[in-house]
Amino acid sequence: MRSKQKMRIAAFSTVIAFVTTSGAALAQKKYDTGATDAEIKIGNIMPYSGPASAYGVIGKTEAAYFTKINAEGGIKGRKINFISYDDGYSPPKAVEQARKLVESDEVLLVFNPLGTPSNSAIQKYLNSKKVPQLFVATGATKWNDPKSFPWTMGWQPSYQSEARIYAKFLMKEKPDAKIAILYQNDDFGKDYLKGLKDGLGAKASAIVAEESYETTEPTIDGHIVKLKSTGADTFISITTPKFAAQAIKKLGEIEWKPLHIVSNVSASVGSVMKPAGFENSQGILSAAYAKDGADPQWDNDPGMKKFYAFLEKYYPEANKLDGSVVFGYGVAQTMAKVIEMCGDNLTRENVMKQAASLKDFAPDTLLPGVKINTSATDFAPIEQLQMMRFKGEKWELFGDIISGELSN
Amino acid sequence: MSAVQEVVTPAAIEAVPKRAMTLGYGTSLIMLALLLLVPLFVKNFIIFQLTMLLIYGLAVLALNILTGGSGQFSLGQSAFYAVGAYTSAILMEHAGMNYALTLPVAGLICFGFGFLFGQPALRLSGVYLALATFALATAMPQLLKLGYFEHWTGGVQGLVVTKPDAPFGLPISQDMWLYYFTLVITIAIYIFSVNLLQSRSGRALMAIRDNEIAASAMGVDVALYKTLAFGVSAGITGIAGGLGAIAVQFVAPDAYTITLAISLFLGMVVGGVGWLPGSIVGSAFIIFVPNIAEGISKGLSGAVFGVLLFLVIFLVPHGARQVAIVAQQLMGKLKRN
Repeated sequence: MRSKQKMRIAAFSTVIAFVTTSGAALAQKKYDTGATDAEIKIGNIMPYSGPASAYGVIGKTEAAYFTKINAEGGIKGRKINFISYDDGYSPPKAVEQARKLVESDEVLLVFNPLGTPSNSAIQKYLNSKKVPQLFVATGATKWNDPKSFPWTMGWQPSYQSEARIYAKFLMKEKPDAKIAILYQNDDFGKDYLKGLKDGLGAKASAIVAEESYETTEPTIDGHIVKLKSTGADTFISITTPKFAAQAIKKLGEIEWKPLHIVSNVSASVGSVMKPAGFENSQGILSAAYAKDGADPQWDNDPGMKKFYAFLEKYYPEANKLDGSVVFGYGVAQTMAKVIEMCGDNLTRENVMKQAASLKDFAPDTLLPGVKINTSATDFAPIEQLQMMRFKGEKWELFGDIISGELSN
Repeated sequence: MSAVQEVVTPAAIEAVPKRAMTLGYGTSLIMLALLLLVPLFVKNFIIFQLTMLLIYGLAVLALNILTGGSGQFSLGQSAFYAVGAYTSAILMEHAGMNYALTLPVAGLICFGFGFLFGQPALRLSGVYLALATFALATAMPQLLKLGYFEHWTGGVQGLVVTKPDAPFGLPISQDMWLYYFTLVITIAIYIFSVNLLQSRSGRALMAIRDNEIAASAMGVDVALYKTLAFGVSAGITGIAGGLGAIAVQFVAPDAYTITLAISLFLGMVVGGVGWLPGSIVGSAFIIFVPNIAEGISKGLSGAVFGVLLFLVIFLVPHGARQVAIVAQQLMGKLKRN
């Protein structure tokens, strides 16, 4: 009996010794599902089909970026296996695809799924499975909630923080403004409107009219005429590109010349200003956090040079006028940075920890001075923007980099 | 239905509508065994997909009763599905009701909704009815976004639903429990539907489908049965919607667009109009074929899906029913040999 026990202890201690020694050898190498010595599996969900299919370009740019990383030897020798599925912008489909990524493909994390409805649908599932839902492609404010959802993080500035920047600007530059607002009747428009009203605070009475439109409306001309009739002298257009261009054009036609602010999502030279006509677009204000691929002022910028070289080699069919390409590049670069920071500790917990410890990181495509900062209590990577004015055929940045940080 | 179709269809199929509506005894048992046993051997993700298969199957079945049974078209099933989903979600999240109890409520509300909608629809038939229901489907997502209801519906942000655990401490996963829960409901509704179509009311519905004037001459209350068909169909769709909300754990207006209605319609055609067991085949088509299409080409997934759909319609215009009949004939030949 005694000897048996001794034997057992001996065996047990050998096992422990073995585990600890091999553990020492593996001390730097820790893996969760989806990561090995050879590769890291990253999942992604994009609307390649359906009403938001224009954003599918983001997924393609990201795939091209990870191809580039793999061609250059991967991250610390590990190749990125980027698995991207189509959800057609439908929340139930997004749930199905997220479950497929986590349970069937066994990815390490889900990166940059697009759309507020789709992300809302998978947030609870991913958090209960403790799978990182990193750098979601939506500007809703609710992604910055590390207390309730410690596995979810946004990337771009939230709509509310952008709206607050305009509110700040207006209160300073035009305190007696009479504001007319046109907004899209969905999560984007409403979130934005809230930010604007919060930003104006006691001055919210300066808003003399608000009109909403549905994305299914063929034209928004009627709304514009109605807004003009209120006698407003400031027009804030919380619109997506197609409607932003229509609004600019209509304003030109009916010769209404208010102070015109368009939201950042529509501040694209290629898809908004040019189709609306440069002559109608002069003096329009907006704010940006990323460089515009169509803007010649960045031709000699070292970051953008890297970006153009990347496009030429890995994604030649991309339209560099498309803001989604710039977006996809920047967010993929942030992802690569986080994985690099993880080193050999590729657990899901460490991925979140590293994502929450980005310090002054500046992807190539962000404006000079805009930096990514996160912490355990701050899950909003980009919070800075700079105001800009449209002049000639391009945007001219002016003023300081402003932080739209939400103080809540 | 129409004269043209009758020419195309071998007379034997249309002549025995009662038998053609169901499966043979043996086949039913095999199907049941498969549905019961498969989940025990697969991953949770597949179980989830199978649950969705049953749920969409129910919705397709509901449409099948309406179109295959009473001959009325509907492109508005997504609206009933949405009402059912929201009813369940709101009752669970705001009223704290048990998920199982929300389903009959969802079914009843949708039955009422469908019955009421059936009243004006009486004046319409064929493509005009399809258009009227289409209007319902396009209006629904926007109605759900309306500010007045936002307190309950969560507006554009939708509502997150808590997934139920298995009761009585059963040692099975949430997914598996939900699957068997859905399976029991599906089988119950399937049996109900088969019996409904074989009953007096079912015969009345089919008489209306085949010839409205003749039916009313025989003493069938055309208006009542047509609206009833709408009500029953909407009620079943509502239950499917409620189950869908629980399985997906989320409801949002954008989940219930016209695309869903068209998918269900597609499922019905692929499964075979008027053949109830085909509903599950149609449901499998709308769930799995888009995934296959995506696997073939990401950029052209829509086009690949279109080609696959075209092939199905071209090769087997009567869907799964046609395949089943051919299989049955082959079996018969083998037996004789």
